[in-house]
Amino acid sequence: MKQQLRRTMLYVPGNNPGMIKDAGIYGADCVMFDLEDSVSLNEKDAARFLVYEALTSLDLGDKEHLVRINSLESGLGLADLEAIVHTGKAVIRLPKTETPQDVLECEAQIARIEEAAGLPMGSTKMMAAVESAAGVLNAREIALASPRLIGIAIGAEDYVTDLKTTRSEDGVELLFARSAILLAARVAGIDAIDTVYSDVNNEEGLRKEVQLIRQLGFDGKSIINPRQIGVIHEIYTPTKKDIDHALAVLDAIQEAERKGSGVISLNGKMVDRPIVLRAQRVISLAKESGVLKEGVYAQD
Amino acid sequence: MELKKAGISGTLESSDVMITLEPGNGGIEIELTSSVEKQFGDAIRKEITSTLTSLGVTNARVTAVDKGALDCVIRARVKAAACRAAEVEYAWGGGSQ
Amino acid sequence: MRKISLKNIPYLEELHEVNKVFNLKKITKNTRTLAEREVHHNKIVGSLEEAVHRVGLQNGMTISFHHHFRSGDFIINMVIDKLAEMGFRDLVLAASSLTDCHAPLIKHIESGVIRRIETSGLRGRLAEAVSDGLMDVPVVFRSHGGRAGAIEQGDLPIDVAFLGAPSCDPYGNANGYIRDRDEGIMCGSMGYAKSDATHADKVIVITNHIVHYPNTPFAIPESDVDYIVKVDEIGDPAGIMTGATRFTTNPKELLIAELASKVIFASGRFQDGFSFQTGTGGASLAVTRFLRDKMIEKSIRASFALGGITGSIVELHEQGLIKKILDVQSFDLRAAQSLRDNRFHQQISAGYYASPYSEGTAVNQLDVVVLSALEVDTGFNVNVLTGSDGIIRGAIGGHPDTSFGSSVSIIVVPLTRGRIPCVVKNVNTVVTPGKTVDIIVTDHGIAVNPLRKVLRQRMIDNGLPVFTIEELQKKAEQLVGIPKPIEYTDKVVGVVTYRDGSVIDLIYQVKQ
Repeated sequence: MKQQLRRTMLYVPGNNPGMIKDAGIYGADCVMFDLEDSVSLNEKDAARFLVYEALTSLDLGDKEHLVRINSLESGLGLADLEAIVHTGKAVIRLPKTETPQDVLECEAQIARIEEAAGLPMGSTKMMAAVESAAGVLNAREIALASPRLIGIAIGAEDYVTDLKTTRSEDGVELLFARSAILLAARVAGIDAIDTVYSDVNNEEGLRKEVQLIRQLGFDGKSIINPRQIGVIHEIYTPTKKDIDHALAVLDAIQEAERKGSGVISLNGKMVDRPIVLRAQRVISLAKESGVLKEGVYAQD
Repeated sequence: MELKKAGISGTLESSDVMITLEPGNGGIEIELTSSVEKQFGDAIRKEITSTLTSLGVTNARVTAVDKGALDCVIRARVKAAACRAAEVEYAWGGGSQ
Repeated sequence: MRKISLKNIPYLEELHEVNKVFNLKKITKNTRTLAEREVHHNKIVGSLEEAVHRVGLQNGMTISFHHHFRSGDFIINMVIDKLAEMGFRDLVLAASSLTDCHAPLIKHIESGVIRRIETSGLRGRLAEAVSDGLMDVPVVFRSHGGRAGAIEQGDLPIDVAFLGAPSCDPYGNANGYIRDRDEGIMCGSMGYAKSDATHADKVIVITNHIVHYPNTPFAIPESDVDYIVKVDEIGDPAGIMTGATRFTTNPKELLIAELASKVIFASGRFQDGFSFQTGTGGASLAVTRFLRDKMIEKSIRASFALGGITGSIVELHEQGLIKKILDVQSFDLRAAQSLRDNRFHQQISAGYYASPYSEGTAVNQLDVVVLSALEVDTGFNVNVLTGSDGIIRGAIGGHPDTSFGSSVSIIVVPLTRGRIPCVVKNVNTVVTPGKTVDIIVTDHGIAVNPLRKVLRQRMIDNGLPVFTIEELQKKAEQLVGIPKPIEYTDKVVGVVTYRDGSVIDLIYQVKQ
C-alpha cells in the first residue's frame, strides 16, 4: 500500500468557492477545508454546504482531504460532523483538543453518524489539533485515545497566548510542545504535524522552521499558502546519498531473504529494524518527491 | 420545505453565486444575471430548479447573481439560502426535512 | 572657375545623371546659427489642420497610427476628431492596434468618417460594437509581423502616418522618451511606428515636447518625417504603462509559470547563448523570474531577449544574464528607462521583429517563446482575439509570428477561468495554427503537440506532468461542464489574417 505522505496540509477557507475549486492543483500532500477560524459565525452553515458539495462532487483524485470542524462545545461541531461524515471522503480534524475526552466525544458522534448512514464502522478517520497548555500536557493520552486518529497536530497561535508569550523566530517557546506532540505521536504510531508559518513572504524563515521540524522528526506542516509547498517538499526530499544508502539497505534485505538468512548485513554491519524503517521512509519520500521513479524498487 | 422569509447566501466574488430566495406562489421563478449567461445560463437555471425541487421547494422567487460558479457551488448556495429562508436546520443524510 | 561644356565629356549619353552645369548663383549660404535655424527653418507647422492640408489628405485614403501609448493614447481620437471636423470621409484607419480608450471612434464610424479598420486588436466598447455589427466592411486583423510585411510589400499602402512621439526635434528626429529628462510621457521603444514612418507616403509627427537638434539616438529619423505638430498632451502616462508588470503573487499564475520554466529547462533549448521571449500576462511574466534563478545556478547566459520588453527582462540584462535586448515595445517604465540608458538594449522596428519575408527576422532566431492565450483547442490552435462569448476582446500581437519563428513555442493558460474552459475542442477564432504551437502549460498539467515527439519524450523523462491535449480538454469539461455554443448571424465582422496575409479565420456577428 502506498504510504500517505503528510508533508504539507494546505488550509483552504471553507466558504471560498474559488479557492476550493483550485485547492487540488498545487501539489500539497493533503488538502484541509476549514469550517472553523476562517469562516465567520454567520456563514458557518453556508461553508458547511459548500464543503459538503465540493467533497461529494469535485474530482479529488487520490489526495487525502481533511475538514477542520468547529469544536463540539461551540454548538456548531455536531452539524459539521453530520455533513462531513456523510460524504465519507474526509478526515475530521478536531480543533482545540484539550483532553482525551474531547476525542472520545467526537468519536462517539462519528460512530453514531456512520451507523445511521450505513457507512463502514471506523471508516472516518480523525486528527487532533492541540492548541493549549492543557492539550500539550495531555498529548500522549489524546494521541492514544482513538484508533481513528491518524495524526496529532500543534496549533501554535493559541498555544503561545496560553503560555503568556508570543512566537519568536527560532521558536524556542514551542520546543517543549513540539517535542511533547512528537513523542505522543510516536507512542501512538501516528503522524505529527507542525503548526503554520504565517509570514508568507519570508521564505528564509519558513526554510529554517521546516529544517527544524524535520530534524525534530515531524511528518509535515500545516500551511496557509500554496507558495510554501515547494520549499517544504524540497526540504523533505531525501538527498542522493540518503537514497543510495536506503536502496542498499533494501537490497541487503532482499539478499538476506534470498539466502534464507535471518541476519541482514550491509558492508559488514548488521542492519536492524530502525535502519530498515528509516530506509523505507526515505524511499517512500523519494518516490513521492519524484527524485526516484516508481517501479525502481518493487517492494511496495 | 416552505420558505417563510427572504434567505440570502453566497457572495459576488469570482466563482461564486449570490442566491436570494423569497417565498413565491407561481412555481419557481428565476431572475438570473451571469457573467457566463450565454454559455451556461440554461445550465445554471436548471441546477437552481433541481436543487430547490430536491429540497421540496415548489414556490420561490429566485434572484441569482452569478460570477462563474460551478454546479456544486450553485447547489450549496441554494441549499443554504433555502434553509435560511425556511428557518430550518438541514437534515444531513435525512433528505430535505 | 573653369568654363564647362558637357559636350566635352566622352560617352555622355551613357552617363544619364550627368546633365547640367554648376551655377554659382543658385547657391545662397545661410549663416544663421543652429539656435536660429531651429527656430526659423524647421518642419514644425502651426496646427494639425495645417499639417493635414499640407500632406494633401483626401477622402478614402489610408491613415496609420501606432499603439505605443496603449490605453493612454490621445493621438488617434484627437486626429480623427479633427479629420471629422474638416469633413473627411471613408478613411481607412490602419492602426498597429486599438484599445479600450478608442471607444470615441464609434461615432466616427457611424457618421462615415471611417470606412474600415486594420488593426492587431480591439478592446472595450469599440470591440463590442464591432462584434455587434457596427461596420459594413469587416475589420482586418493582422499580426505585428503580418502588418509590417503587408506595409513593406505594398499590400497595405499608407498615405499618411500620424505618429505620436514623446520627443521630437525641429527636423523630425523623434523618440519614445526625452533624452535628458526623466519626465513627461515615456513609452520607450517606438518599434511599430518605425515601420510606418519608413513606408508611409507622408509622415506627421505629433509631439508635446520639441527638443533641441539632434534628438539622438532616435526612433524615427528626420529623413522619414514631413511635418511636426506640437500639442499640449499626447497621452496619459497612467494608461501608457498599464501593461504594468509587477511580479504576480497569484499562486495559480506562479504555479503555471514555474511549470513553464521547468518545461524550458527540459526542452533541450536551455543552454548558454539561448534566446527567448516572454509575453505579457502574469504567468508569462513570472517565467522570467524562475528562469533567472536557474540561469544563475547553471551559469547560463542568454544571447538576447526579444519582443515586448518588461522590467523583469531588464533586470536580467543588468545582471549580465541577458547579453542583448531587442525591443519592439516597452511594457513598463523600467523597460523604457533601460532603452534610454543601456547600450545593448536596442530598439527595433516591427519589420525587424517579425516580418514574414526575411530569413533574418528576429522571431526566427528565437529558441523559446512563452505566450498567453484566451483559448487553446485539441488541435493546438490558439485564440487570443475573441472571448468565450464570441465577442472581440484581444489582439493578435506577435503571437503567430513568434510561435512560427521560435524553436519551441510554449502557451501558458489556466485550464479554466472561472467557469469558462480555456482548453476546448474548437477555439472560437483560430489566430495561431496548431502546427506552430508546441507545448501547452496549464495549472493541471502540460500537453505536447504530437508532432514534437522528441520534445514530448524529454518532458516525460524529466518527470513533468504530461497529458494528451484531449485529456486536458476533458478535465476542463468535467470541472465546469459543457458550455452552450455561441450563436452567430451570417454577418462577417472580422477577417483574421495569418502572417502572409492569407485569411485564417472569420469572426461573425454575435446573435443577441
